[in-house]
Amino acid sequence: MFEDLRDLYQEVIFDHNRNPRNFRVIENADREVEGFNPLCGDRLTLYLKMDGNKITDASFQGSGCAISTASVSLMTEIVKGLTEDEAETLFQKFHDMTTGKNEEVSIDALGKLAVLAGVREYPARVKCATLAWHTLDAAIKNEQSSVSTE
Amino acid sequence: MTDFPIEKIRADFPILQQTIRNKPLVYLDNAATCQKPECVIDSMSELYRTNYANVHRGVHTLSVRSTDLYEGARDKVKQFINASSTKEIIFTKGTTEAINLVAQTFGKANLAEGDEVLITAMEHHSNIVPWQMLAEQTGAVLRVAPINQQGELMFSEFEQLISDKTRLVSVVHMSNALGSVNPVQKIIDLAHAKDIPVLLDGAQAIPHMSVDVQALDCDFYAFSGHKLYGPSGIGVLYGKQDILNAMPPYQGGGDMIRKVTFEETEYNTLPYKFEAGTPPIAEVVGLGAAIDYVSAIGMDKIAAYEAELLAYATQQAAHIDGLQIIGQASEKGAILSFVLDKIHPHDIGTMLDSLGIAIRAGHHCAMPVMDFFEVPATARASFAMYNSKEEIDVLMEGIKSLIEVFG
Repeated sequence: MFEDLRDLYQEVIFDHNRNPRNFRVIENADREVEGFNPLCGDRLTLYLKMDGNKITDASFQGSGCAISTASVSLMTEIVKGLTEDEAETLFQKFHDMTTGKNEEVSIDALGKLAVLAGVREYPARVKCATLAWHTLDAAIKNEQSSVSTE
Repeated sequence: MTDFPIEKIRADFPILQQTIRNKPLVYLDNAATCQKPECVIDSMSELYRTNYANVHRGVHTLSVRSTDLYEGARDKVKQFINASSTKEIIFTKGTTEAINLVAQTFGKANLAEGDEVLITAMEHHSNIVPWQMLAEQTGAVLRVAPINQQGELMFSEFEQLISDKTRLVSVVHMSNALGSVNPVQKIIDLAHAKDIPVLLDGAQAIPHMSVDVQALDCDFYAFSGHKLYGPSGIGVLYGKQDILNAMPPYQGGGDMIRKVTFEETEYNTLPYKFEAGTPPIAEVVGLGAAIDYVSAIGMDKIAAYEAELLAYATQQAAHIDGLQIIGQASEKGAILSFVLDKIHPHDIGTMLDSLGIAIRAGHHCAMPVMDFFEVPATARASFAMYNSKEEIDVLMEGIKSLIEVFG
């Protein structure tokens, strides 16, 4: 019945929505930033544990749609072990993919994050996928305690 | 269903005759904005093709024609809400501007530090923020009457919040997020017993029920054209003449003046005092056409038909496991706001869109209402007179299918 949506709602997304990874609080987190999408009310808190400029642990709390939950869940898995610079580079690539820039190059470079490429065709949902990454960006830059997609 | 000319009405709306993602469009986002019948579209096109010029300015033929059409529409509004004079009908950009106008003119002139504006917990942001801005400017205080779990105003609490500091009661007639219809007559009677004026935010109520401002005796009534099958960019502020006369003007400019020198300006009379600059002429004409259209069908018939639609939708929704209706007031307009267990409204919105069904997913510009019900957002199907029982069936089947997919 929802054939048109197969590219957007891939099984991996349903899986992460049902069982989000790293859905917990990190006690004594080095970074704690809240991300908010006022358009839909999605709200998440991202926690990072750092060793120098390396992300040693990442987790989140909050509620959102399947796309945003899967996106933040996948992100917390993938950024573990990355340096701040590596995470920033990944954010740029992810951003390019979801907004439709340099799509071929970036999808290959993104590994399992490529399941979120489908949002390109749904402008109203791009922010659902990028909320997690904007929050990470703010956490890395250590600039503010909350970030909004608007 | 009652004898309601649904097929004829649907045929009047060109936009409804299309498919979205290869499915017949089922448009259920009417609380956000309504679609337009051909007669409204034609009235605006016709104005631009044959009669358009600026109003109240020229002696030439087109200006006279435009002015007649513009003022003719004002008379239609007057009759539609049964105001006592066209002087009481101020054209604004919409409900939002109408409320801001009252806040910045009546509000600034009448509220001082410690004075209170009383609203309810079910207000749209447009009936919250203008008062917060006024409060910042004047030191006035915003009081909020609570709602219960059904989404109904708690009247005794409301009554207790009226104090000798209350200078204005500003309440929504029908809630956009919940569908609740407030007991506005009781509210007005109560407030007037203490000489407190009442503003009604009628943005949602106006397309769903007949409104008689004289019978209600409200002091202000605000509504938008685009929710009444008319164009966007046009709204109405009704105000009682004596109150409007006592209010300072809103914006300064052309048309709102009688005489200007560099030393002194004399303001125009009502309603022009509040209509600075060239108004949205075609939009006013379109609103007039929309009023003719709904009046010919009859607001009472529309209300009765929509009540049947809502009852049917509510009954069908009750059969869906995991669906919770947000807003179950005993007096309710044709809005079905709901949440599904473990499925975010935004996903519901995208999934239904792929079936050609347009609903709203979000906080509906009523974040405090979402906070009260402890949900980040709701999915909202809002009905108009052109919706059918069959479309509600399509919606319910869509909801059942997406629940299956999400598992």
